Amino acid sequence: MAGKDFSMLKDPMVDNNPITLQVLGICSALAVTSSLKVALVMAIAVTFVTAFSNFFISILRNQIPSSIRIIVQMVIIASLVILVDQILKAYLYEISKTLSVFVGLIITNCIVMGRAEAYAMKNPPIPSFLDGIGNGLGYSLILLLVGVVRELFGSGSLFGVQIPETVNNGGWYVPNGLLLLPPSAFFVIGLLIWGFRTWKPAQVEKREYKIMSEEGAH
Amino acid sequence: MPNAENTTASTGLWARFNAMPLDSAPRTITVAVVLCLICSMIVSGAAVMLKPQQEINKTLDKKTNILKVAGLYEDGIDVAKAFGAFEPRLVDIATGKFSNAEDAATYDQRAAAKDPARSVVLANDPASIKRQANLASVYLLRDDAGKIERIILPVHGYGLWSTLYGFIALNADGNEVYGLRFYSHGETPGLGAEVDNPKWMAQWPGKLVYGENGAVNIGVGKAAPAGIDGSKHHIDAIAGATLTSRGVDNLVKFWMGEQGFKLFLDNLKKGEA
Repeated sequence: MAGKDFSMLKDPMVDNNPITLQVLGICSALAVTSSLKVALVMAIAVTFVTAFSNFFISILRNQIPSSIRIIVQMVIIASLVILVDQILKAYLYEISKTLSVFVGLIITNCIVMGRAEAYAMKNPPIPSFLDGIGNGLGYSLILLLVGVVRELFGSGSLFGVQIPETVNNGGWYVPNGLLLLPPSAFFVIGLLIWGFRTWKPAQVEKREYKIMSEEGAH
Repeated sequence: MPNAENTTASTGLWARFNAMPLDSAPRTITVAVVLCLICSMIVSGAAVMLKPQQEINKTLDKKTNILKVAGLYEDGIDVAKAFGAFEPRLVDIATGKFSNAEDAATYDQRAAAKDPARSVVLANDPASIKRQANLASVYLLRDDAGKIERIILPVHGYGLWSTLYGFIALNADGNEVYGLRFYSHGETPGLGAEVDNPKWMAQWPGKLVYGENGAVNIGVGKAAPAGIDGSKHHIDAIAGATLTSRGVDNLVKFWMGEQGFKLFLDNLKKGEA
């Protein structure tokens, strides 16, 4: 059992990563990765929300009428997100200021609802909880990787600590402003997905169509 | 056994509820109502319980920024105590005089700007703020003799993505800038958010807001416009953040101009505020 639990946590990190394999939760990955500190808080918040929404939805799974199941999931997820937002505002004010609207947008993060619908609706609470944590961690991993690249090359710092001094402050490093803009996260995530799929060719999706050969066309 | 079902009303109700098909209308509605009730109780409970702490954070943050713009902030100081050095006052924008219509210590200018009874809609609105509160909360810093040493004025206006809220600190002459600082904005990190960069902010101290003729000459841009002495009035725009810089330019001009604090500053100079 212990081995199975561990694989439930590890599996979504690499083999079944929500961002690189399932390509979910991209929008928030674009928005919050321009600085590492914000990305870290966002990662923790999403992990928390995914784990607990999975847990509660799994407890209720036998009582949820299938006609309103998506709404029920949304209500639970939204309540948890508001809870996180309120707690951040009360105890981590500085960070909640930088995250601002993005905490609220966890509600629309497809990973949270994807796991609720795909896993928690069919499995008991404890495995669902672990599945939530695992997927949250998988999301966090990518978020932090993208955050490292963007903050390091975009502002020349990590966690706000200046590494190469920028030209604006009298150093030598000319920050690459493009990396601070949302499109750059697309490039970085795209490269990551490419890397992951080269490393693990099993992740490459099969083509949905087949290019016809010359003979086949006749 | 007909009696078993009626042992207690609650188990009977529960059993009947459970016997209903999962997708039947009464059951669906019951689940929805109960779930919404529980969730709303949790959410509102959290909001109410954490409210005091959040309010403390907000005022602390604002006070910290006022201290910073006035150059009184050091790491680890007691913000609440240091803030006692300021004299909070309300200024009626239209007359340019101090007002006692509301309590200066608790007045919330942002809330007032949303209240139709306490604000005006702007016809000429270069800072894109739509509504302007009738009263503005300013902070005065007096020296030991009771003379005004610094004047801290609230400013806000639209940048690229967001409204920037900040303070501009002026020296006693009501003309020389002591500092400018934003405490709340949502500009792009690394580009527009460089308004928080100490290097950029360091351009402000010593600049003059008004020219000889009383016109608002201070400005943010690529270069000072013709006829304005750049060394006295010009602040370099932020590279890669043209729109945010333009927003800052607009909001400073607006708040220092006729629609903003010019009247008040003139009155203050004449001792008639």
